Amino acid sequence: MRKKINPYLYLIPALLVMGVITFYPMGFQLWMSFTNYGIRNLRFDAPPPDWVGLANYVRILTTNLGLGNFSFWRVLGFNLFWAFSNVIIHVTLGIMIAVVLNTAGLWFKRIYRVIYILPIVIPQIIVANVFRNMFDPDWGAINQGLALIGSLFGLSPDLFHIRWIAQLGYPISGIPLTLSYFALLITNIWLGWPFMTIVATGALQSIPHELYGAADIDGASGLQKFWRITLPLIRPAMVPAAVYGLVVTFNLFTLIYFLSGGGPLRETEILLTVAFRLVNEQRLYGLAAAFSVYIFFVLLGLTLLTNYITRATESYEI
Amino acid sequence: MSDNSSTSFVTRLAKRFKAKPSSSRRLGLGPQLLLQLIMFTIAASVMYPLLWVISLSLDPRNILRPTELRLIPPGATLENYRQVFIQPTPNPVSLSELALNSFSLSIGTAIVSVLIGVFAAYAFSRRRFAGRQALMISVLAVLMLPAIATLPALFVLLNRVQISIGEIQFNLRNSLWGVSLAVLSGLLPFAIWNLKGYLDTIPKDLEEAALIDGCTRNQAFFRVTLPLAVPALAVTGFLGFMATWSEFAISWQFLTNPKDFTLAMGLYNMVGQFAGSVSWSRFSAMAILFALPVSVVYLYLQKYIVSGLAIGGVKG
Repeated sequence: MRKKINPYLYLIPALLVMGVITFYPMGFQLWMSFTNYGIRNLRFDAPPPDWVGLANYVRILTTNLGLGNFSFWRVLGFNLFWAFSNVIIHVTLGIMIAVVLNTAGLWFKRIYRVIYILPIVIPQIIVANVFRNMFDPDWGAINQGLALIGSLFGLSPDLFHIRWIAQLGYPISGIPLTLSYFALLITNIWLGWPFMTIVATGALQSIPHELYGAADIDGASGLQKFWRITLPLIRPAMVPAAVYGLVVTFNLFTLIYFLSGGGPLRETEILLTVAFRLVNEQRLYGLAAAFSVYIFFVLLGLTLLTNYITRATESYEI
Repeated sequence: MSDNSSTSFVTRLAKRFKAKPSSSRRLGLGPQLLLQLIMFTIAASVMYPLLWVISLSLDPRNILRPTELRLIPPGATLENYRQVFIQPTPNPVSLSELALNSFSLSIGTAIVSVLIGVFAAYAFSRRRFAGRQALMISVLAVLMLPAIATLPALFVLLNRVQISIGEIQFNLRNSLWGVSLAVLSGLLPFAIWNLKGYLDTIPKDLEEAALIDGCTRNQAFFRVTLPLAVPALAVTGFLGFMATWSEFAISWQFLTNPKDFTLAMGLYNMVGQFAGSVSWSRFSAMAILFALPVSVVYLYLQKYIVSGLAIGGVKG
């Protein structure tokens, strides 16, 4: 028997580095979350912060943290709704477009494929900032484009000074979502569906043609073939992709911070944008640490939930 | 995985029907035109923002705000790009300084994360040892946590590393080195996990063949597995590069000296609350210069990346 290499030897560099810059800070952060660590404790020779027990945790759940119009539960609820509403649309659109793109005999497939990949390869920070300008009420390309289309129907261009980002109130009565949510949704649909289309296309191409031939012989309609053959067979690929998309969307700091800034009146704030504000604007490091601990548990819950969903759908029988 | 059940189902069906090579049914002209309309509309919606930015960036009037939609503005010019190159933001830094900062930060963290990560990934992928499960779960747990969620502690801790020798004041937090460490803290677990996913797909047989031929375990790793993993290293490194290239939260929180600023911070200086006077033409030129290099490389690599995400990133 040949001498085995020591696996720990291979692990040492990574563990050393992670120990110092990942695990130690995380432990330190847990300690911070029980203190009132603030800007006055930052100095090199500053006194240590006071131990405040669970005060930070209570404060996050019960007050507005000095942010104004902030409620932890509303932000959490919005964050979850944001993630799920996006991913449902991404997956649906992604599959539909992939099916069309996969139609035998469709012209210009290659050109479409190259164009459809573009939203994936452009850095999100650029997309968010460009869309921020596009949603400008007076000079933005969205309102100008709408005005152009409206003019075909004889509508005055003055109608199209929609204040996408700043408009207060809910455009659909009874549903507490601001116009800025829809601006974010539109942008993130633009960003999100191509990934799902790529995954779905890969899965579609692995479905043998014979299946459809067999279904044709049995006299199945196009819709029946989609529900009975296509969907079940691409499902194993789509579920992990959807889970991945869900977590990414849940944490989509860049888009929201740059596009809506969490506004108006914190209506589109997510957990991460609030966490960044607590550090960057409020400079309440102890409080921010406690907030991050909450984020950890929320994400843990989300991960366990998605694992459960993935397992539950894995045992799906055709 | 349900893959197995579905493939056996597929083979059964395929056998039963022994179908002729599927004569790709020809699409009638009517459906063809309808689908073309749909596909073209989608393509147009994807291109609309991009064309808008390109058009703005070429506008010679250096317009503060655009008033009309035009693909090629009259008298298109590259003047905005020249301006952006010289001084993109009100801060006295040139684009090349910003770009160099971004590039050093991104390339440094990407290379270090991959070099350290591949060894750990190999240990996780090939060896069974005490504590493996616990270590892998802790790597995953860190991976789950976004960078912003560890920002308070990293900021406070790195801020403690201050050296002052006479005139020289050095604060680790307020330097690109500090940002690198904070970025690496999130990038390394990602690299380990992603590379483990790739290494899992490289057959063990190859290494075993090398062992039979008289290689030691270490040689088998360095001469067989590592060379095979080079594409994976490149893709993982690029993903790390890309993430750091557009990283904003950490650098914005850490850095105060404009000479250290990154491109993402420069971009924010052009659109943030104090940038009312920066023309959209110039912002657009900056956005294109920011995105173009990484986007082109991404476009070239995306085939590997998406399949890689399906293997390493998702299958967790």
